[in-house]
Amino acid sequence: MSGSLALQVGALARRSVFRTLRQPAQVVPSLIFPMILVAINSAGLGKVTEIPGFPTDSFLTFALAIPFIQAGIFSVSNGGSDLARDIETGFLDRLALTPMSGVSLVTGQLAGVLVLGVAQGAIYLVVGLAAGAHFEAGLAGVPVLLALALCISFAFGCIGIFAALRLGTGEAVQGLFPVLFVFLFLSSMNLPRNLIEQDWFQTVATYNPVSYLIEGVRSLFIQGFDGEALALGFGFSIAIGLAFLAAASASLRTRLTRT
Amino acid sequence: MPAAIEVRDLVKVFKKGPRAVDGIDLRVEEGEIYGFLGPNGAGKSTTVHVLTTLIPPTEGKALVAGYDVATQGADVREHIGAALQEAALDPFLTAREHMRLQTALQGLPRDERRRRGDELIERVGLSEAADRKVGGYSGGMKRRLDLALALVHGPRILFLDEPTTGLDPQSRSAMWDEVERLASGEGVTVFLTTQYLEEADRLADRVGIIDGGRIVAEGTPAALKAEIGQPSVEAVAADPSDRGRLAGVLARFGQDGDCPQSTPEAVAVRLAGGEGNLADVVRALDSEGVAVEHLQLHAPSLDDVFLAKTGHSLEGEGEEGDQAAAHAPQPA
Amino acid sequence: MSVGRYRSVALVVAWRNLHNFFGNPALLIPSIMFPLFFFVAFAGGLSRVEDLPNFDFGSGYTAFQFSFVLMQASAFGGVFTGFGIARDFESGFGRRMMLAAPRRSALLTGYALSALVRALFIQVLLFGIALAAGMNVDGGAPQLIGMSALGLLVNVTALMWAAGIALRFRSIQAGPLMQIPVFLALFLAPVYVPLDLLEGWVHAVATFNPFTLILESLRGLVSDEPFHTGAAFLAALALGAVFLAWALRGLRAAEAAGG
Repeated sequence: MSGSLALQVGALARRSVFRTLRQPAQVVPSLIFPMILVAINSAGLGKVTEIPGFPTDSFLTFALAIPFIQAGIFSVSNGGSDLARDIETGFLDRLALTPMSGVSLVTGQLAGVLVLGVAQGAIYLVVGLAAGAHFEAGLAGVPVLLALALCISFAFGCIGIFAALRLGTGEAVQGLFPVLFVFLFLSSMNLPRNLIEQDWFQTVATYNPVSYLIEGVRSLFIQGFDGEALALGFGFSIAIGLAFLAAASASLRTRLTRT
Repeated sequence: MPAAIEVRDLVKVFKKGPRAVDGIDLRVEEGEIYGFLGPNGAGKSTTVHVLTTLIPPTEGKALVAGYDVATQGADVREHIGAALQEAALDPFLTAREHMRLQTALQGLPRDERRRRGDELIERVGLSEAADRKVGGYSGGMKRRLDLALALVHGPRILFLDEPTTGLDPQSRSAMWDEVERLASGEGVTVFLTTQYLEEADRLADRVGIIDGGRIVAEGTPAALKAEIGQPSVEAVAADPSDRGRLAGVLARFGQDGDCPQSTPEAVAVRLAGGEGNLADVVRALDSEGVAVEHLQLHAPSLDDVFLAKTGHSLEGEGEEGDQAAAHAPQPA
Repeated sequence: MSVGRYRSVALVVAWRNLHNFFGNPALLIPSIMFPLFFFVAFAGGLSRVEDLPNFDFGSGYTAFQFSFVLMQASAFGGVFTGFGIARDFESGFGRRMMLAAPRRSALLTGYALSALVRALFIQVLLFGIALAAGMNVDGGAPQLIGMSALGLLVNVTALMWAAGIALRFRSIQAGPLMQIPVFLALFLAPVYVPLDLLEGWVHAVATFNPFTLILESLRGLVSDEPFHTGAAFLAALALGAVFLAWALRGLRAAEAAGG
């Protein structure tokens, strides 16, 4: 008897979702912490909107894109740690003894991360709007925003899975957390790229793919439907996801040495 | 009749690492319980990992259920179940959810999954705890669930890697009963690794003793022990000044050429006539007026077999070697 | 217990922690890289902020942000030492030390000494790199020593907070409980702009936040425009005393629980 791919993915996806939702220590910080930060930063940097050329007069509206990326970073840590735990406890060996394919393992593991990512996106939008942020894209933009949140979660989720398969321990995966924050900070997180004064910083932010993820989300809040920003946001997130998915599959072949 | 498991010249060398399995041959018949006994680091788990297709062999050939583990891994996995050294469970899932996952992955038809899952949960005595998260289970409960998951697809060959390590005596006994039932009642072939003498003695139809990656002895427990020789008797004189006379009496009953072995307290000798000599020994001591404060018959154990073959003892090398020693056969 | 014995216990505990810190790249490198990274991200990415009307800080935005980074590095250095205490007690090593030391407060003193040495090491590195990057320092040697001393007081205060948590919970799972309040206390100070450029609720909170006084005083020292330096030292000492009592109570709790 061998299960179909869809059946295997479904079974592993179900487990992944259950496991994510049953760990409040994973879910709650990734919801609350970004919101607290955006509240503090919006208040602290409120005056920055007075800089000539700043695209909006509400720093909250400008900054609300950041939690989407922070949530993604949490998903690297959480999703990667879950898979690393499976490796450490031998649960991966248990799965390896079934007809489960490597592809279904990786895609199934992503499910929990993706569900949480979309839920987080919805919560950030609602809380942000309640706090006074403006969403220029309107009702039509909501599914686009959630789709982008899904793609961002996909990108970071794949990074987490690759890290788990490559590094094999939860501690090592957690060690990536600060590295990813570096990518977040060296981006157009706090200022639009054209307003960054330091040339080197502006260059780094321009080459940093995280800038385009932020700008994609931000464009829905500020400009509405900016084709270029959305294309870059979706494009980079999907590209990052696919690249790390391929890397994860290669790592899985090494990790899962079953014959 | 083809063997359930057939291994020839199996070698496993890890990258930059030891030669964990160094050329082993073994054959396990269908329906047999084969005990693979050895200390920590002997190569037991590595052998199991190769036979269950989790890692490829470096050299040699291994057929499980008639399929080559190196080239027909998927076919092998369809016919085997395995409960490995760690009870690899997800602490956030309940037993029932584990079953749901395992049955789906094993490809059981949808309408059979729940029934099969409930059946196995009941069989291992976890019905009451089935909807509790596994993170809260005791060690014994986790092992039982581990075994149940290994049986989901009705495998004909079951690999158990140290299934009772760390369990309390009651849980251990329950696990033994289940293994015996699987073999005798359902004809499942069981390949069992253990570091516990008593476990191998109790369960295994045949035992393979492994040390340093090689099989040093193989046979039924009784045959292996008989190879070592007759039982020995050990005595402690009530009056230390009688040790010499005690040794003299015992020497009369020893095997040819076998001198009594002395420690500061006790004198021991291997009996030429086996257990039947014990009564004669007692009578002789009595007639010579040698009072003893301690008299014990030691039947050869698998540890004696291990000692004879390898020069070092298995007891004390295992995780609970002292416990194993405490369970050594008692005098007749 | 003689003074000599107390001193030798404290020194050997400090030695062991410093030996682990300097000998373990996994501990040493993040302690250096994080403050540097924040310095680069804030001073580099937000330098445009000094163009805001009424942004009145003579030594430039780099020195403005350096003061915050110094305070942040000092505080988190204390928290990370607290992580070490939690790990020690979780593993049972803390119990071993408590069995050996007649006066258990000597252990706390040892941890504090090691935290101070670590903080001083990071301060020297930070100063060196900031100066090499062209930071303007208008204050003289006494002012810079004053900055260092204030930073060290913040370090000990944060350590005592974290130690109190660590000794009560005796588990690294309490890490977020040690870290998040410190993080919030630091970021609810005028991080990006001076206090008078903050608006809304953050301004109100920052006004009463003792770390605001410490931070503004640090900025006053680096720019040679002293700002309530005495009050800042008093506030730091008072906080230190409060959290020292908190930590000592925690030590009693650990003793009562048998370590």
